[in-house]
Amino acid sequence: MQVSENHQRYWKKNLRITSILLAIWFVVTFVVAYFARDLSFTMAGWPFSFWMGAQGALLIYVIIIAYYAHYMNKLDIEHGVAEEE
Amino acid sequence: MAGLSFEPQAGVSNKEANAAFKKGLNKVYGWYTGGFLAFVLVLAVAEQMGLSRGAIGIVFLLATVALYAGIGIMSRTNDAAEYYVAGRRVPAIYNGMATGADWMSAASFIGMAGTLYLTGYGGLAFIMGWTGGYCLVALFLAPYLRKFGQFTIPDFLGARYEGNAARFVGILIAILVSFVYVVAQIYGVGLITTRLSGLAFEIGVFVGLGGILVCSFLGGMRAVTWTQVAQYIILIIAYLIPVVWLSVKQTGVPVPQAIYGSQLAKVTEREKQLIEDPKEKEVIAVFKQRADDLKAKIAGLPATLEADRTAAQKKLDDLRGANAPLAEVQAAEKALAAVPKDEAAAKTAWTAAQTAATGRTAQLAGMPRHGTAYAGDPNGDEKAQKAYNDSRRNFLALVFCLMVGTAALPHILMRYYTTPSVKEARQSVTWSLFFIFLLYFTAPALAVLVKYEVFNVLVGTPFDKLPAWIAAWGKVDPALLSIADVNKDGIFQLGEMRIGGDIIVLATPEIAGLPYVISGMVAAGGLAAALSTADGLLLTIANALSHDLYYKMIDPNAPTARRVMISKVLLLVVALLAAYVASLKVADILFLVGAAFSLAAAGFFPALVLGIFWKRANKWGAVLGMLVGVSVTFYYMATTQPWMRGIFGVTSPIADNTWFAIAPISAGVFGVPLGFAVIIIVSLLTPAPKPEIQELVEHVRYPNIKTA
Repeated sequence: MQVSENHQRYWKKNLRITSILLAIWFVVTFVVAYFARDLSFTMAGWPFSFWMGAQGALLIYVIIIAYYAHYMNKLDIEHGVAEEE
Repeated sequence: MAGLSFEPQAGVSNKEANAAFKKGLNKVYGWYTGGFLAFVLVLAVAEQMGLSRGAIGIVFLLATVALYAGIGIMSRTNDAAEYYVAGRRVPAIYNGMATGADWMSAASFIGMAGTLYLTGYGGLAFIMGWTGGYCLVALFLAPYLRKFGQFTIPDFLGARYEGNAARFVGILIAILVSFVYVVAQIYGVGLITTRLSGLAFEIGVFVGLGGILVCSFLGGMRAVTWTQVAQYIILIIAYLIPVVWLSVKQTGVPVPQAIYGSQLAKVTEREKQLIEDPKEKEVIAVFKQRADDLKAKIAGLPATLEADRTAAQKKLDDLRGANAPLAEVQAAEKALAAVPKDEAAAKTAWTAAQTAATGRTAQLAGMPRHGTAYAGDPNGDEKAQKAYNDSRRNFLALVFCLMVGTAALPHILMRYYTTPSVKEARQSVTWSLFFIFLLYFTAPALAVLVKYEVFNVLVGTPFDKLPAWIAAWGKVDPALLSIADVNKDGIFQLGEMRIGGDIIVLATPEIAGLPYVISGMVAAGGLAAALSTADGLLLTIANALSHDLYYKMIDPNAPTARRVMISKVLLLVVALLAAYVASLKVADILFLVGAAFSLAAAGFFPALVLGIFWKRANKWGAVLGMLVGVSVTFYYMATTQPWMRGIFGVTSPIADNTWFAIAPISAGVFGVPLGFAVIIIVSLLTPAPKPEIQELVEHVRYPNIKTA
């Protein structure tokens, strides 16, 4: 099966958005947790690193996944690879 | 529940039929939620009119298990697509709810808030790990597996890595991981059934098992899916109501997640006071004295044992001689009987008591400061620096293992085969995480609210003014809660309470001053969480054996009906085996759950991800990579985890076997990178996969690829 240029572009864009979102995931999770002791300043009444671990990171995870679904479903249509319903 | 029909309609693949199906589901589950709330209200009224607590517990147990069984019977099926993947027409939002229930086990529902209460920031590893893993599911796996569109995870491995070797290794890992995990769930089911009904633990295990089996046995994935949606609704209502109520009681605001920052600040302030409090120091001094006394007694063996026995005998004789009341004599007889039999027994018993007493000499009853990340101090002396670095490294490693394990547990990945399309599979991950998020961002709030209640309200209260729930739970199980006036001042100090994590969720309704019916509902929620996870896991094991091993490898010509039948029989056998193992109460539950995640992460994640993103990965690489990943993880656990060491007879000191001071629960942190490395290196050293395989990879990458 020969993959057309259109398909290659689609896959490249997919890899790009996957890497960007993965980088955000990594920073929110591991970088913030690594520096947790240094980031314990108070933000709106919360110790920042505690709030990130308990709520902030979780919210960002939900947003990452929702954005990916939205972006890819649009990309499918743009590149003509969306499923017929 | 009239009108609940899950019969497939004609032409299910088109959009209109799917929309109509979803509308029907909305109606059914809308009525169902209303019905459940009405049921709780009726019971609440009955409680006011004098229905006993025991009766409420039994009614909850029977009603919910009967409900799940009812859904199971209505969804019974022998059709392969229905049995294995619920007909592939589960709408994204419902698959999200089902995944949420499948995902959240007894450990999430009952254990997590308690872990957070006891460990503060350290417990957040579970919160982040068990949610952030869904990013990996969404980005790397769910849409591609849905496009691949078979029935199981070994299916994918078998197709992508050319044949039965990879499939067989996949089957072994799927069974190992799911079995370890299901034992933990059935244990949880037994615990809750016992609490709800007062039955013995071993009987509780098998009663709960009946509830699991009726559902998955009759209708496979289809029944499990619709039951899990029902279970999700119960468990989330049961979790949120008491927390919201407690928040209103403490702060007047019904949104605990938004308001508990202020409570955390008050707890942090109180921690500082309690560490300096002279009364707390008095309690600690008493325990220190006890530990020292025991140490001296152990050193003085066997003379000290003889002295103990003589003293106990003398007291008994004196009492008898003085014609003391019968109760006192009996107490003295008991004390004499409790004196260890011989030197070895005395040494064991006293060492255990010494360890326990030493454990209670730490400040804040051994709990770290809630809002402070990690133990030790980066600017302190060498020991404090080491404690800080080890604690941080273990936190990060645990988060990593839980996340990657999430993206490798077959019973979760299997769920994304059930959506109607790739598009819905992507949206379905969003819904899954959203529904899980609702519980997970509430758990830390609950832990802080309960901590406020204990630290800021209870500590300093005279013993005779303590609320009734403390005495009540102390009677249920002293391991969950026990208090004693250690320094004999009549005032309750933090150091005088010993608390088990599981009590936090179970006792919240009483702490918040809610009627017993809510406690019954919380236990029913915990049961729903454990049952739904056990259902999904058992189905995974049975499918791995019947579909992958029997149908794909042994008899590819087997008719559908026989495959489904074999799956059902296997389900029964595996369930009974798991229940038997659970009833032995073998190991620490948290370790079993953690082990499942580490093993799944090391076994599946590298092979699955490289299979989709790297065409060059071939069967030799995958087979070896999976085996090496799992073996290294298993080896590390076997040499460093006390219970596993006992089984395998490892006697060398634990410290010699650990690498970088990583705890055994996070062993996957070594297995995962090694798995990746082996797959890449071996694949490059052996020939590339056949062109058909590379075409398969192209096929899963595009939701709808038209051959030009």
